[in-house]
Parts: sequence; structure tokens; C-alpha cells
Amino acid sequence: MEQILFLTHTEKDGALGKLALEALSGALKLTQELDGSTLTVGLVGGNVQPAAATIAGCGAGAFLGVTGEKFAVSRYVSDAAAFEALVRRREPSIVIAPATSRVSRALPGVAQRVGGRIDTHVTGLQVEGADLRIERWYYRQRMLAMLTREQRPWFMIIDGGTFEAWSGASGSAVVESVVVDLPALRTRVVGEQAATGGAATIRPDAGLLFVAGAGWTKKQSDGQAHIQEAEALILDFLRKSGASLGSSKSLVDQSGEGQEVLSFMTHLNQVGQTGSTPRHPRGLATCCHGEEPHVVGWRFIKERRAVNLDPNCGWAQGKADVLYVADAFQVMAKVNELLRGD
Amino acid sequence: MSSGFHIVVCGSLVPDPLQTLEPIQGPAGPALKNEMMLPSVLDPWAAHALFEAAGPKARLQQLMMSVAQKVPFELVALDGPASGFSDAYEVAEPLATAIEGIPGLERERLLVFGGCASASRDSGSTMQMVGERLGIVDQFVAVDKLTVQADGTLQLLERTEGGRYQVSVCDGPPAVVAWATGELPEPLNNPQVGMQNMRAIMPALQQAKPAAVGAQGMSFLRVEVPRQRRDTRVVKDLAVAEIASEIVEWIKG
Repeated sequence: MEQILFLTHTEKDGALGKLALEALSGALKLTQELDGSTLTVGLVGGNVQPAAATIAGCGAGAFLGVTGEKFAVSRYVSDAAAFEALVRRREPSIVIAPATSRVSRALPGVAQRVGGRIDTHVTGLQVEGADLRIERWYYRQRMLAMLTREQRPWFMIIDGGTFEAWSGASGSAVVESVVVDLPALRTRVVGEQAATGGAATIRPDAGLLFVAGAGWTKKQSDGQAHIQEAEALILDFLRKSGASLGSSKSLVDQSGEGQEVLSFMTHLNQVGQTGSTPRHPRGLATCCHGEEPHVVGWRFIKERRAVNLDPNCGWAQGKADVLYVADAFQVMAKVNELLRGD
Repeated sequence: MSSGFHIVVCGSLVPDPLQTLEPIQGPAGPALKNEMMLPSVLDPWAAHALFEAAGPKARLQQLMMSVAQKVPFELVALDGPASGFSDAYEVAEPLATAIEGIPGLERERLLVFGGCASASRDSGSTMQMVGERLGIVDQFVAVDKLTVQADGTLQLLERTEGGRYQVSVCDGPPAVVAWATGELPEPLNNPQVGMQNMRAIMPALQQAKPAAVGAQGMSFLRVEVPRQRRDTRVVKDLAVAEIASEIVEWIKG
């Protein structure tokens, strides 16, 4: 029997995000499968009442909330204090939370404060009898482990895509307010900004990940680099297809090697060893060799295709479903032409 | 405030990402096959933290021979396992203790740097726990840029969702900064810096304190490399127009 606390925060519009609703599904699964368990929802935000109302029908036994202007923004000191207060109020044995940047920043410190343990990037929850087991990846998505823990409270941050987002009837929820005494704040959140001044190229909900490898910026068959042509082709494709843009190599690595970089590419586009591990249903790699440090970021991309001039590149070694041995400049120009005709 | 920061960079070593990794069951839980033989690198995230700021002992010495040529630093070494299967909670404790033990460290000038995650455990938890253990509640995670402003405050850009940054301003140290890739490239080797560093690094390695790092209370029921080798169709002699047509059809699902 476990006391389960589902912790999350509201988004800027006061609603719950998709990741939060997915993690809620995970919390509900555990509540149902672990006999005698109870579920409490803990919410943090400027005003959590509307969010609580949207999940009023989820079956939680109680709703707790930390609210106020200082909790409307994402900041370690206030978020950690809010999550800690909710944990101390409920004294759960299991804490489930979504893998948002806000939760991922603050929750590990809360686990430390209350003497608990935390597992992040959880991609599966399994109940065997009275035992709870989780799945998570190690060595950057190279090996998958199933593990359990003796310690409580056990905090788990659930990766996106692990569960279907909860959907159900809204209603009225009575939210018990939990008061938090914050220390004097030394950090002010002054805003947010896009990684580049241009068009947003990272679209987490896109159906396609388009990876532009370093080959786009290297000398082509005529002995010249064609950066502007590459930029035009890629941006045209992103506009027409709605794809999300990824890079195969860290921008800092490329610039450190004195290599020209695509002007709209940012640090945040990188996929792989020191980049992201996105979850798009399809991925198309171009001018990228498919080496292991990059491909570890493709672990959750279901359908994979690549365009590369080298028939023996990494993609040909069982890492892609289809490898087109061709010039990506020519292929993508034709792809754009076909998309234009639609 | 006196000028200058006291910057402590936390880091560990990890297997070279180009190596093939295979899990085995060791006496104390899961481990990597031939772990002691695998070439190591400084954890990439920690390396970015080190460059922005300025394990087992034998392999740490080998690693330091290359890292020491990049930027000047003083080393405080801990001799313990660098396994990805250890618990962040247990890693944070000796790190925090080691930081507290650095002679002359001034808390009001302290910036604790590290990677926002490791290439082994990829937990993204250790730096926050080190900060908590040191009583530092101004923490920033997945940072790509830190600017010291004219008034001495720190402006930080943290990665959030959808390719955006949150911009925050902190009054000043003490603070924990867990770096993403940062903005600075890996510095070129500088033999003079290497010589200067190694004079202090060798004694530090010899004095490395043992760190009992493990995964108490954790039981691994299974660790495996999923067999996900695909049956790749290599298309060599198709006209560009036909390839493009296939791709467009595929994209449309």
C-alpha cells in the first residue's frame, strides 16, 4: 500500500500541460494496481483552481495547492519550497511528477531535503504483486534497466510519451491551500527568449524530426561550401513540412573546429549524446553519418530514414529503416518542389 | 564583495561515447563489461562547465593528462566508482563534503558549476543535491549562458521547452549552475597550461580520498541493450526525383 502524491505545476495560461496529464495517467495506473493505495494531487502555480477543476474527475482523493504570484514563475528557490511543503503536508511514499524543465530543476533538491531518493527519465512503471518497479535508460539511452528501491519517499519524474495524456470529465475540486514561507528572494525571473531571433525551429509536437548534419556546411562536389543554399533549402522544407529541426553535432563543437554553422541552428537543436532525445514518430537525417553519439538521441524515433552519399555510413548499419545514397542538396530541392505543388 | 569568484567545477569520467557498451552483472550490481579497460573522457556536460569556468585514480590520471592542457585549474580528486548505476544521492554527498573541505573557499564568492546531467546515469539530479547539501538555494539548471552584469548580478539563460530560454537575474554568489553545452568551444591544447596544472594535479591524485559511492537500497532486476537493429534498405541507384517522391509520400504518412 502506497501513499501516492502527484506533483505538478500550471502552465502560463493556468492549465495543465500535456506532460503533466501524461504523468497523471502514470500516477493513476499505480493507484489502481497497488492495492489499497491513495492518490493526492499537489499543484503549484499562480492560481491552481481552474487546473484542479479540469482533473476533478481523475479519482484523486484530495487536492493540495500552493498558489500566489511568486509561484506563477519557474524558479528553483520558490518551486523547491512549494514542492517541499506539499510533500511534507502529505508525507507520501511515492511522488510522481512530469519531466518538465520546471519539475526537473526543482524536484531533485526536494528529494534531498526530505531524505528521499529520486529517479528521473522514468519510461515505464510496473507492478508485480505489491512490488513497484520502474524502467529507465542508462548511458544515454544505450541500455534499459528495470529497478526497484527500498527507500521512501521515492520520487519519480516521468518522461514524456510514456503514458497517454489523461482525459476525463472536469468538475469542481476543493483545493486545500498549503502556505509556504519563502526566504528573501535573490533570483528574479525577468522573461524568456527564443534561442534565435528568427523562426522557431524546435517543435516538440511535430510529426517529423529533420536532422541537418554537419555535411550541409562542408565543401560539396564543386569544391565549395554552399551555406546560403543549404539554409534556404532547410528553412523552405521546415516551412512546408512543419518539421522540427535537429542538429547532429553540438554547435559549440562545430564553431570550435572553425567550421561555418547554419545561422538558425542553436545549441538547443542538438540531438544525441549532449543534446536532446526527442519523441517524434518519424525522423529524416540528412548529411549526417549516423555515428553512435548522435544516434543515441534517436532512441524514441519510430520510423527513420536518411539521405547520405556514403553507402557505408552508420545509418546503413541497422540504424535507419531506409538509407538513400544521394546528394541531400538535390533531394531536398526536389522534395521542396513536390511539397510546393500540394 | 571582494572581486572574483571561487568557482568549483564538479565532474566525473565516463566511457568514450564511441565505445560499444555492454552491461554485465558485477558483484555489487550491474557494471560494464571490461569497464576498467574502456577509454574514458571527461563527462561532456562537465567539460562544458569546466570550459565555461575557466573515478578510479589510475584512469583519472590518464584523463587529466589531456584535460589539464585546456584551462588552468586546481584539482580536488575523489577516488571512487564512476559507474552510471550508482545513485545521485550517494554521489552528491562526497562531492559536497569535498567542496566544504577546500581550504580558503569563501561562500559569498562561491559558484558551484557542473554538468546538468551525466553521460552515464543521465539523472540530472546530482548538482541540485550538492547545492542543497551546501545550503545553496539559488540554482540554475541547463544553463547555456551566464553573464556577470555591471552591477555584479548574474544573468543566466536556462533551457526550457520548445527551444526557448528562461532569463533570470541572481543577486550574486553563492549559486549552483548546472550547465548544458554553454557557448564556448573546447579550448585548444596549451602545453604550458598543462605543465602548470600537472605540477599540482599529481599530488592531488595521490591524496585523493576514497569515496564510497554506490546504490544502497536499489535493486536492478534487469539491465540490457535492446536489440533494435533495423533491416536497413539501402537505396543506391534511384533517381533524385523518385527518392524525393518516396520521402514526400512517407512524410505524409
